[in-house]
Amino acid sequence: MADEKSGGTPLLEASLVIEYPFNRTTGPVIGAFLTGLREQRVLGIRGVDGRVVCPPTEYDPQTGDPLTELVEVGSEGTVTSWSWVSNPRDGQPLDHPHALALIKLDGADTAMLHVVDGEVATGDRVRIRWADEREGLITDIAAFERIA
Amino acid sequence: MPPADTDTDRTVSEMPDGLWSMPQPTVPAPIADVAEPIQRIRVPASMHYRYTPGTAPTRFLLGLAEKKILGERDPVNGDVYVPPRGMSPVVGLPTTEQVELSDHGSLAAFCVVHIGFGVNAPPTPFVSALVLLDGAATSVYGTLLEIPIEEVRIGMRVEAVWVDDAELTTSFENIRYWRPLDEPDVPAATLQGHM
Amino acid sequence: MAPTRDVAIVSFAQSDHRRAASDTNEVEMIQPVIHGALDKIGAKIADIGFTCSGSSDYLAGQAFSFVMTLDAVGAFPPIMESHVEMDGAWALYEAWLKIQAGHADTALVYGYSKASPGDLPRVLSRQLDPYYYGPLWPDSVALAGLQARAMLDAGLITEAEMAGIAHRSREAARGNPHAQIKGSAPIDQLLAEDYLSDPLRVHDVPPITDGGAAIVLAAGDRAREWVDRPAWIRGIDHRIDSHNLGARDLTAAPSAKLAGEKAGIGAGAVDVAELHAPFTHQEKILTTALGLGGSTVINPSGGPLAANPVMGAGLIRLGEVANRIMDGEANRGVAHATSGHLLQQNLVAVLEGDA
Repeated sequence: MADEKSGGTPLLEASLVIEYPFNRTTGPVIGAFLTGLREQRVLGIRGVDGRVVCPPTEYDPQTGDPLTELVEVGSEGTVTSWSWVSNPRDGQPLDHPHALALIKLDGADTAMLHVVDGEVATGDRVRIRWADEREGLITDIAAFERIA
Repeated sequence: MPPADTDTDRTVSEMPDGLWSMPQPTVPAPIADVAEPIQRIRVPASMHYRYTPGTAPTRFLLGLAEKKILGERDPVNGDVYVPPRGMSPVVGLPTTEQVELSDHGSLAAFCVVHIGFGVNAPPTPFVSALVLLDGAATSVYGTLLEIPIEEVRIGMRVEAVWVDDAELTTSFENIRYWRPLDEPDVPAATLQGHM
Repeated sequence: MAPTRDVAIVSFAQSDHRRAASDTNEVEMIQPVIHGALDKIGAKIADIGFTCSGSSDYLAGQAFSFVMTLDAVGAFPPIMESHVEMDGAWALYEAWLKIQAGHADTALVYGYSKASPGDLPRVLSRQLDPYYYGPLWPDSVALAGLQARAMLDAGLITEAEMAGIAHRSREAARGNPHAQIKGSAPIDQLLAEDYLSDPLRVHDVPPITDGGAAIVLAAGDRAREWVDRPAWIRGIDHRIDSHNLGARDLTAAPSAKLAGEKAGIGAGAVDVAELHAPFTHQEKILTTALGLGGSTVINPSGGPLAANPVMGAGLIRLGEVANRIMDGEANRGVAHATSGHLLQQNLVAVLEGDA
């Protein structure tokens, strides 16, 4: 498949798809969080200083200490930052323009990365729109929506 | 204690004392009681590229479309590399002189493959081969057919089996496989260092 | 282990950076750069004790691509070499360690990529947490936008300042023969453009670049044999922040600040600084974190806004500062490299010429 010419020699080009099936073990902390999402509940984890990390990590983001106390947080929250995705790409949660956002759910002290379906501003209140079919993935949250 | 891995017949045992292990988290009631907690996730990743082979490989591929195997010559020691990548791996300088090589060669190394891989693998068992073409310093990879496996030996003479002319493209797949030539073997010692 | 050997950058070469080097593969693209760096000082591969490169297979979509790239070095008979799946600045760090450990006196370092075959903003999402972020496939520009928004909301930067950084950088690049983007439209025209990914406009983001760079390191007297005025690495350090973006204050780069302190920025005047800030707002975060300002010239090369070969852009910052010291244009400089999204991981080096 000769393409454009470059100094006389045709440029060749071939389509190449790199695919990985990735089947990842979750461990008990991430596993519990994803189990919660499947059940339409959200878990965070209490950090060393008492602040709740959501989504939960096995270790404190500041000190690195192992964390164990999972706690439930709300399914509504506040946007702490956002940017606009004008041309969505493959694999993104929405296929029309939307906001990428950081959302601090009620009861959590860190923000979750996800998308908001519609225009949004820092400080807006948003709620989870659950996917109809949930399988224990971060995309069990289909998107967030502004609470009018 | 972590549950046994039910996807296979492996068991998971407790770690010996003295090794750090992750403390078990406490999970709030409604989720702790769930029948099938999540333990693994499928997150496939697929990325599309428009691959460009570069100048020397392009020359090689264009040659293949004309049923020619073109190597390129080392500017210092004269060795011919095939398939060419554009640089001599010995001196790191460009190879610019193209050399048309025969599609006859000698078997420099081989392996009998019993576990197929990928959708294009031949039926197993098959012979995976490195062929040193006459005049080349490096071998090309292929499969060796039309010979009982137990008769395959290093030093045997082989030739390329090409696709029909109408199917020639800019691809190494123009060479379907290699098959024996009715010529005396070359001594294995002459093939050393040419893989 | 306290560093005991004086190690210097003695040569630096880079490609003429462009959007797509479609006529060359990575080997053909980087070979002239590697040999350019060697030829500048009349060095041969046999003079090099250790070779280290930085690259990422995901960019060109080719497994083990860095192994093939060794054809560009001439690695037979076998050489002592290593590779990092990171910017070449970290390959330089490994080479510096090798020399400090006494395993080599000289090193060749290179970093490069051909990102043009793939969709770079999408490919870079593979650097993210695979459970919580990766499955959302967030593109690198929208992610950077989150950080810019945080800066704007906190009153730490304005869109006009961001445009000003873009304008200054690309105008400075007119003096850089290797830069991909030379020159900029006036600031008011930049601000009149639509957003690419609100709050970022096209001028706020780096170009997609195929290209690379190479550096030669040498210790002590060996450095002085090759050049009159080596660029001595007085300090070099790298640190990393959490990859949990929601747990970070995105308006700051604590790892850059700490790396700068450990590298010893504060020990003297800084004539020139080359900062690996691919997005305009990130330059402000870094000048704050590193305590730079006043008379320090920032990114005279144009910086990553003028040419951003992923895996090479950080190494280039080290080379650009080194060049200016070797030329006598500057006496003491700071070079910074970043890895990951949103300035997550940062390397800082302090370079100085002989008094």
